[in-house]
Amino acid sequence: MFYREAGQFKTSYDADSQIFPIRQDRIGVALMLAVAFVVVPLVATPYVFSAILIPFLIFALAALGLNILTGYAGQISLGTAAFMAVGAFASYNFVLRIPGIPLLVAFVLGGLCAAAVGILFGLPSLRIRGFYLAASTLATQFFVVWCLTKIPWLTNNSSSGVITAQKLEMFGYAFESPASKYLLVLCIVLVLALAAKNMVRCSIGRSWMAIRDMDVAAEVIGFRPMRTKLTAFAISSFYCGVAGALYAYAYLGTVEPEAYNLDLSFRILFMVMIGGMGSILGSFLGAAFIILLPIFLSQFAHGFGLPNSIASNLEAMVFGALIIFFLIVEPHGLARLWQIGKEKLRLWPFPH
Amino acid sequence: MIGNGITKWLTGVAVGVAVATSALAQDQYIPILSYRVGPYAAGGSGFFGGSIDYFNLINATGGINGVKISWEECETEYNASRGVECYERLKKNNGGASLVEPLSTGIAYGILDRVAQDKIAMTTLGYGRSDAANGQVFPWVFPLITSYWNQAAGMIKYLGEKAGGMDKLKGKKIVQIYHDSAYGKEPFPVFEAYAKQLGFEYIKIAVPHPGNEQQSQWLQIRQANPDYVILWGWGVMNPTSLKAAARVGYPREKILGVWWAGSEEDVIPAGDAAKGYTSMTFNTPGNYPVLDQIRQKVYAAKKGNLEDMSRVGSVYHMRGVTAAILWVEAIRKAQEKYGKGKLMSAAQIRWGFENLNVDEARQKALGAFGMFPTVKTSCQDHEGSGAVKVQLWDGKAWKAVTPNWVVGDKAMTRAMLEKSSAEYAAEKKITAGCMAG
Repeated sequence: MFYREAGQFKTSYDADSQIFPIRQDRIGVALMLAVAFVVVPLVATPYVFSAILIPFLIFALAALGLNILTGYAGQISLGTAAFMAVGAFASYNFVLRIPGIPLLVAFVLGGLCAAAVGILFGLPSLRIRGFYLAASTLATQFFVVWCLTKIPWLTNNSSSGVITAQKLEMFGYAFESPASKYLLVLCIVLVLALAAKNMVRCSIGRSWMAIRDMDVAAEVIGFRPMRTKLTAFAISSFYCGVAGALYAYAYLGTVEPEAYNLDLSFRILFMVMIGGMGSILGSFLGAAFIILLPIFLSQFAHGFGLPNSIASNLEAMVFGALIIFFLIVEPHGLARLWQIGKEKLRLWPFPH
Repeated sequence: MIGNGITKWLTGVAVGVAVATSALAQDQYIPILSYRVGPYAAGGSGFFGGSIDYFNLINATGGINGVKISWEECETEYNASRGVECYERLKKNNGGASLVEPLSTGIAYGILDRVAQDKIAMTTLGYGRSDAANGQVFPWVFPLITSYWNQAAGMIKYLGEKAGGMDKLKGKKIVQIYHDSAYGKEPFPVFEAYAKQLGFEYIKIAVPHPGNEQQSQWLQIRQANPDYVILWGWGVMNPTSLKAAARVGYPREKILGVWWAGSEEDVIPAGDAAKGYTSMTFNTPGNYPVLDQIRQKVYAAKKGNLEDMSRVGSVYHMRGVTAAILWVEAIRKAQEKYGKGKLMSAAQIRWGFENLNVDEARQKALGAFGMFPTVKTSCQDHEGSGAVKVQLWDGKAWKAVTPNWVVGDKAMTRAMLEKSSAEYAAEKKITAGCMAG
């Protein structure tokens, strides 16, 4: 009833190929953007900005990066945190060593460094697949963190390998308040998400999906596996690199290489699995699930007045149970649940 | 029966809610960023359990000049981003946080800039940035008692004394087997400087995280056959090291552990392999009147934080009590200046931390004489002591080896931290200077 697209005719090619073909979706997205850009900065407290929204957006961006590689191109990766580390430490070094470089440029350069590393470590994907590829991307994880702790130049000779991100300044404006940092992160994530959405709709995205579904067939119909796989690695790593730089600059401020450990890679992989493989929306839903649900559970459990040791364990148990529940109900992730809901809504209240 | 259980549970909830809401605005509120689940739960529950036990003791005996302490706990799982969330969640509650202590290097780094912005003092007892002891650059950070660098200096001092004089270390071989992370690399500059000065050979052997496989490293050590091994480990790495040492036949008596390798949880899993092993600590193991008071006034009243009362007085619990004593003393000190029996702001407590003076007389009054080194801080010295102690595991309990506190070459570590903090100040464009009360 509310979600009926009857009467929405597409009379031009442009109208037919827009991102959101249904008017209700367009209105919904516009409303969400309005809320994110206008309402949230007006009402949210610094706690919500700096502890919930900023990490949510950053992890959503990292999950988006991994989703390009794993969900769209079908290459499993356990090196996400390593690519984030490359982005963060590269940005740090660019800002440190090139005086006066605009921070946004440093982020892009950091992302490009991550992309280069991604291409390098994507090379084995030309020969190996599946779990074996996952094991070889694991090497990235250990190699990058090893490099960062072993080569003092990368951390500006800090004795313990810890870097302190420089002040977040752009166009002469210092992003100091949580709200301004949030808006900056939101803009970057929005631009990159839009780019990703368009990429997966055009030839490059279709080539990824062809490789994912059956690489031999894709090769037969003319996609070059090397180029396709390596672009997926490069673009995915670029996204992760920018997310890593934001994690250091807009969120934590001071990071040690250990912050980008294997646990983080797994967390991002779980975001993609729970959110939905091969879905832009899924990256956001997955990040929300993995980041926000434990916070909510912990507030709930502790608000109940249970003893802390019990509340903490209960929180972990409920979270684990919910992951299993969602994966049983919908193995294709939360994005698929939303899709099913949408199809049901289209027919509601008169299903066939 | 079931109905009874439910009633019991409901009363429990009601009491819990009452406790949770008892954090009134006139209490001195302290956020507790604890970790009671996950791989490091043993340390987290012991440490924060000890702190909360001491808070309960203070509250049961009339508070700090009448001001009660309240606290709220949040589970960080030792994870940096969870820790930052907890900090942000708790810092504004109940009229604002008095101070904060994350007991985690990752979280401490994550909130290092935030505490300065929010103007809340952070203590990092025995971990974190060593150069934060320079209060002119880090006005809001207090690595109280001893930093990693002074601990490393204390280790060399102890080994020198053991060898019969610092000059006897010449030509000796010392291996540092370390957790391959920022934490494990923290003492390098100190050991390197000492190696040059005293003329011993210093060999570094890394163990990748988490460290549950060390056969090759210990074979390497066996080959090098060093005079001493310094074990700079963390978590599961420590018992694994001791077991591997036993397997290759390296005497445990020659192994000296860092204090994160010196708790019951580090040696009991290694069983007999840990017997004779020594480690650093900043508490003298034993029993103290303050611990007896906790047993009598807190645990007897069923307010104890640990489920297992026998953990009272264990290494981590005692560290938690020590931390809480220093926090309370800082608040007391602030009250002396800004008004006794009044609620102190975070900035006033920061002044208290900067002017802390817990001497032997004060320790005696607190019932903690000799439990930890005397602490006297100033703007230049946020550490306040730098003294350490060596303890030995006899198979059942930790025993102090050094009767007195060991202090390394503080002039050398001071010069290093001056240099390092100056670099930090230059990078962050901070003008160093003391903060007025």
